[in-house]
Amino acid sequence: MSDETPVLELRGISKSFGSVEALSDVDLEVRRGEVMALVGDNGAGKSTLIKSIAGIHSVDSGEILFEGNPVSISGPKDAAKLGIEVVYQDLALCDNLDVVQNMYLGRESHNVLQVLNEPVMEHRTATTLKSLAVTTIRSIRQPVATLSGGQRQSVAVARAVMWNSKLVILDEPTAALGVAQTEQVLSLVRRLGEQGLSVILISHNLHDVFEVADRITVLRLGRNAGLFERTKTTQEEVVRAITAGKPTKVSGIAMEETS
Amino acid sequence: MSVTTEPVQEFDVANPEESFLTRLWENFKGGNLGSAPVIFGLTIIVIVFGFTAQNFFTAVNFINIITQMSGTTMLAFGVVFVLLLGEIDLSIAYLSGVAGVMAAELQKPDSGHHFTGIWPIIIALVIATLIGAFQGSFVALIGVPAFVVTLAGLLAWQGVIQVTLGAAGPIIIENRWINYTASYFFSATAGWIIAGVLIALYLLSVGLSLRGKRRHGVTVRYPWLVVAKVIAIVGVTLLVVAICNHDRGVPLPGLIIIFFLLTLTYITKRTTFGRHVYAVGGNAEAARRAGISVPRIRIIVFMISGFMAGVGGVMLAGNLRSVAPDQGGGTLLLDAISAAVIGGTSLFGGRGEVRSAVLGSAVIATIQNGLYIFGFQPGVIYITTGSILLFAVTLDTIARRRQAKTGR
Ligand SMILES: Nc1ncnc2c1ncn2[C@@H]1O[C@H](COP(=O)(O)OP(=O)(O)O)[C@@H](O)[C@H]1O
Ligand SMILES: [Mg+2]
Repeated sequence: MSDETPVLELRGISKSFGSVEALSDVDLEVRRGEVMALVGDNGAGKSTLIKSIAGIHSVDSGEILFEGNPVSISGPKDAAKLGIEVVYQDLALCDNLDVVQNMYLGRESHNVLQVLNEPVMEHRTATTLKSLAVTTIRSIRQPVATLSGGQRQSVAVARAVMWNSKLVILDEPTAALGVAQTEQVLSLVRRLGEQGLSVILISHNLHDVFEVADRITVLRLGRNAGLFERTKTTQEEVVRAITAGKPTKVSGIAMEETS
Repeated sequence: MSVTTEPVQEFDVANPEESFLTRLWENFKGGNLGSAPVIFGLTIIVIVFGFTAQNFFTAVNFINIITQMSGTTMLAFGVVFVLLLGEIDLSIAYLSGVAGVMAAELQKPDSGHHFTGIWPIIIALVIATLIGAFQGSFVALIGVPAFVVTLAGLLAWQGVIQVTLGAAGPIIIENRWINYTASYFFSATAGWIIAGVLIALYLLSVGLSLRGKRRHGVTVRYPWLVVAKVIAIVGVTLLVVAICNHDRGVPLPGLIIIFFLLTLTYITKRTTFGRHVYAVGGNAEAARRAGISVPRIRIIVFMISGFMAGVGGVMLAGNLRSVAPDQGGGTLLLDAISAAVIGGTSLFGGRGEVRSAVLGSAVIATIQNGLYIFGFQPGVIYITTGSILLFAVTLDTIARRRQAKTGR
């Protein structure tokens, strides 16, 4: 695999829920070490698209290539095996468990008798958080209920990257956060890119997107409505694509990038 | 990322200036009370009765309390698991009755289904566990609320007991194994050997845990706390055996309590299953997304509840050396649930410890015992237990609201 091969490539993904066409003929490409923002209005199909990648929905048609190879992802376990991790909007942490326990939830380190190996988990949690410079957490043995929103989001993201993942998908990671905490999470996202991980960032907030994304894919009404490079576009141009963008693809023939 | 053995300081010592008391206070503010309130309450109760009630502070009475609380404690162990999931099991008392009646029926010498030795006990426990699995399946696989499933169980198992014993009346139990579960006493020497084995096991587990931490470069947070805990546990073990040996000796029901306390604590705190129980109770959706089979956890927990009810049922039958049509009735169900809650296990799921079953049962049994010595009628005992339960649940609710506030 050459370095130019995208980590993830979606070709012509379509998905309907009954008569609702949530996605039609959508393309998406994520390169290695790239933060790809996925933006669009409510109902544009962003969540449906990432659920297809995560194996929660099956697609009606289209092709998924991971590191250049066609793959079929029919469940969260398949996605995890490939190295795809999703941090969902509603976090999916257990408030009553501590940071270490949450980081290893469902994938605890244990021996043949199912006895937990706490020191290994504690050590690796500390190392992972340190490598991501998540240092505002006082103790990794405190319940996540006692953490701030930004810290909780950081734990969720750290959990996703701990498993040798190659692609991390973040669904609206800053939606519920204040200014300082948003900054905390955004710098974490930037660090993921620097460490060679690929990131798909879903966000409503174009300010956030322009701070961390390398490229921006716009969805509108379930179709591609633009692909921009951050350095060569403006917020106005992206907003226009979100609200009034014309489909950039007609009957399977990809058109020029809008930028 | 590879695991290195380089020590990771930032998170382990976190904040070196932070004292143990600050940590405790933070925990308290965060809604994490642990066993502190119930241990404090139990101490007060013992002191008050010790000074006022005649013959309360004697070896005989100490052993009586242990024997009296043992059956309820078994049921309460199961309740802790069910409450950790945020569920409820109302069937346990009559389910324990079914197990007791089953064991009694199977040991009847002149019946066509006579089993000897410990077979009546084993069969009764298997049946109780299967009933737990049956009830749990409705909750876990179909989604029927546990309250309703186990309420149906409460009615049905009560009916089964009455139908079984209705015509024949009570069954006398002559099987010595069943009776031993409530009234066997170890000799003084055996008592000391038991104490020695328990202490050795405890020291071994502490040593292994410390070694594991050192090997992975994890620092021990409060070394003096570990030492204090070791001294306290060794001291209490020796003291308890000394007191018991002063009277009839260490009672088997007491040892059964310790056995399940240790085994179940190990399961909840040290195994993946235990971790998953807490996870499902804390946030079932998060557990599901993390790849945990939530239905499987739910069914196993209801099996544990059924099994522990079975153990309690056999012990309660052995205590009376007979079973009657009202087996499993009275205040057994309420005592068992109250015990877990008074002991500090949350009704809201995800928070609690196995030891709360023992601590809560001890509170209830001690109060019943003390008030009984004073000559109070059962009514007064119910009022007292009820008040303590209300107090415990209020504490739990406040703690939970605190936790919700501290979070985010
Ligand atoms: N499970 C579902 N069943 C039926 N329709 C759905 C389902 N999930 C999403 N949709 C529809 O698909 C479209 C895209 O939704 P979604 O992917 O959630 O958009 P976004 O995340 O961009 O706001 C919407 O019209 C939505 O109503
Ligand atoms: Mg969405």
